[in-house]
Amino acid sequence: MSSDAKHAADHAHDHGHGHGHAHDDHAHDHHDPKWYSPARWLFSTNHKDIGTLYLIFAMMAGIIGFVFSGFMRAELAEPGLQLFNGTAFGGFFGTEHNYNVITTMHGLIMIFFMVMPALIGGFGNWFVPLMIGAPDMAMPRMNNISFWLLPVSFVLLLLSMFVPGPPGDTGFGGGWVLYPPLSGTTGHPGLAMDLVIFSLHIAGISSILGAINFIVTILNMRAPGMTLHKMPLFAWSVLVTAFLLVLALPVLAGALTMLLTDRNFGSKFFEVAGGGDPIMFQHLFWFFGHPEVYIMILPGFGIVSHVISTFSRKPVFGYLAMAYAMVAIGFIGFIVWAHHMYTVGMSVDLKAYFVAATMVIAVPTGVKIFSWIATMWGGSIEFKVPMLWAIGFIFLFTVGGVTGVVLANAGVDHALHDTYYVVAHFHYVLSLGAVFTLFCGWYYWFEKMWGIKYNGFIAGLHFWLMFIGSNLIFFPQHFLGLQGMPRRYVDYADAFREWHHWSTNGYWLTAIATIVFFIGILEAVVRRRKATSGNPWGEGATTLEWTLSSPPPFHQYNDLPRVR
Amino acid sequence: MLRGAWKLWALGAASLAAAGSAWAAPTPGGIDFQPAVTETAERVHAFHNEVLIIIAVITAFVTALLIWVMIRYNRKANPTPKKFSHNTVIEIIWTVVPVLILVWIAKGSFPLLYEQDVMFNGEQVAEEQVVDIKVYGNMWYWDYTYNQNTEKEFVVESRMLRPGDETRPLVPARGDINKLSVDNPMVAPAGRHVRLKITARDVIHAWAMPQFTLKVDAVPGRLNQLWFKVDQPGIYYGQCSELCGKDHSNMPIELWILPQQQYDAWLAAAQADPTKGGRAYLDSLPRPGATQVASAQ
Repeated sequence: MSSDAKHAADHAHDHGHGHGHAHDDHAHDHHDPKWYSPARWLFSTNHKDIGTLYLIFAMMAGIIGFVFSGFMRAELAEPGLQLFNGTAFGGFFGTEHNYNVITTMHGLIMIFFMVMPALIGGFGNWFVPLMIGAPDMAMPRMNNISFWLLPVSFVLLLLSMFVPGPPGDTGFGGGWVLYPPLSGTTGHPGLAMDLVIFSLHIAGISSILGAINFIVTILNMRAPGMTLHKMPLFAWSVLVTAFLLVLALPVLAGALTMLLTDRNFGSKFFEVAGGGDPIMFQHLFWFFGHPEVYIMILPGFGIVSHVISTFSRKPVFGYLAMAYAMVAIGFIGFIVWAHHMYTVGMSVDLKAYFVAATMVIAVPTGVKIFSWIATMWGGSIEFKVPMLWAIGFIFLFTVGGVTGVVLANAGVDHALHDTYYVVAHFHYVLSLGAVFTLFCGWYYWFEKMWGIKYNGFIAGLHFWLMFIGSNLIFFPQHFLGLQGMPRRYVDYADAFREWHHWSTNGYWLTAIATIVFFIGILEAVVRRRKATSGNPWGEGATTLEWTLSSPPPFHQYNDLPRVR
Repeated sequence: MLRGAWKLWALGAASLAAAGSAWAAPTPGGIDFQPAVTETAERVHAFHNEVLIIIAVITAFVTALLIWVMIRYNRKANPTPKKFSHNTVIEIIWTVVPVLILVWIAKGSFPLLYEQDVMFNGEQVAEEQVVDIKVYGNMWYWDYTYNQNTEKEFVVESRMLRPGDETRPLVPARGDINKLSVDNPMVAPAGRHVRLKITARDVIHAWAMPQFTLKVDAVPGRLNQLWFKVDQPGIYYGQCSELCGKDHSNMPIELWILPQQQYDAWLAAAQADPTKGGRAYLDSLPRPGATQVASAQ
């Protein structure tokens, strides 16, 4: 079957069920399903609608995860127990165990239900087909189940907080890394951990199905003439991410299944008394866990490349190097996992290997940073809001990246492992890195997705508040870590007070920034400044989605675009 | 002018360092490591500071480039963008130079790692000269076994002191630090090679001592080793560093390094009465490190 014929077949199939109407490419199709029709969302096979669902879901999960971090920062503002002392607010917050539950949930929610759904499910679904000139995803109905598994998974995770965990307490408080024996029957005999396992299994299935869909779509449905080496970098980033997901998630699923059978059916994979080894779980977990951090950041790399190029009015510098740097990062990401485990008691030669391998990642990452700057070099830069986020991202990711080089050295990591230095490091690359790319993409494609314009002042205010606020949260945490403040502590020695206090102040500023973000959405919805053209950014925006109307038609590219 | 400011800064740093070494614990508002007390820790700090300078320069360089392109190549300053998108020379440079920097870092990193991980840094120490202490992590306290597998074996259980607690009250007048002090501290002799054998009874914990830049997980079913040699008597504090449940933040490590004679006396007292004897003996001593506090002020 020729690729054109296949597109046609897919297309006919998509139309054949549900939206059977004329094959036109008209922007204002009056036969589109109404936005308030439940069937449109529940049974959706449209990549843009599913992308929208992902974005809305990620926002709701993000609010919960962000409020949870507020509980933590409020608790840590002063030494002693403020919230988690069993009596505050009528005992609403519970005890120290519940603090651990909140940190655990914050991590799992932000990773599995905020960043991944937003970047991959949301922007990936919306813009991979638009950018590669495809009418939809390759498997539209599988796309539907990929999304709808997520709310189910999320409900199970939230439910786990209210069922028995350790003796006498509810919820799972063993950290997002789920290390046994704390996550086994020794630490959490109750049902909570089983719910967490089920939740992650389902989230994993959701992600694997989504990843398969992206791989098939990108490899088979690019517009005629669009070779892989002409494909936009965001599509490249999602392709690499999808491969990481397909390779990494089954390993997590395996580890979780072993944990499940250890807990319920008497197996002894991780139980010392039966000849098992808890460290094996850590190896399996981080074999998934390290690629996972690249899964969270790679799509952001793609977004930032487009934004920098668009607002510099200059093509991306070193396109091929950019694409293959992501491939290299993805590959090396699989062979460095045990740098998360320098203190478990590995042999020194093994540590030395992981030190060397880990530091190598700095090279392709450096290529990306310098190529972004080179893209701006000689350009004609316009400081629109998405560009602010992109430049902010480059700076913050550099800071987070170089502390990663520090931590890569096992000799230093022995001092810094499991301290706030690590917390600062990974929040710089994720909370300030991945999340900044999220907002970058949000403002870049806002008008394209919704057909209305955002308010530049509110969006700019959002950026500056968030930039200052999140730096204020996380920069002092480097100091805490160097001073020896351990992670996941509900209470601390008085000497740590000062920087914790600053960190919490930064949180309140970031909370204001988040409110400004939602005010920006509300303002745009109320004012309804309609998009006047398909391309608000001018000549710098060269990818295919800008050739369509804003918002794009319900079905696009009925005549496939040809790429020269 | 500039020289004056530099001197002032150096003086401030020096006084900070002096204040830090007096109290062997985190300092309020501190932004650096706690002072090193072992030679290995000194080298870790030196290495870290070297890398810190490298990463600060890299970050400053990237920031400077960003600021430069924002000034020089904004739409006003440069209305017509150039169209280049390749430059092989610069691409080779920004691949090779980072590699060279990493090789430089690795050159310092590997010896340091082996120094920490190879027992006694490869020094041959006669077995009878080595002080062995077995360390168990428990939910939620540490215990330390001395003279293991001998007739003199005894176990010290080490639990956190809390303000106003009836059985284990915190006594600030004695020098206790909230969240860091325990009822029965771990004790080791100064100037000797000490070898810890670390494991756990229930879940994973981690024994950490920031001033020695040491940390290792206490894993049930596994025996991990650490070593240190501290010449300076003093009290040093660490905290459990692997999430272990509800009271993870309530199982600190308090380690007294005593001169050999006092250590022997403590051994005898603690062996006679592991729950109270050791503590009573320690309370009878002038607090190690206390004299330094006086001299530093």
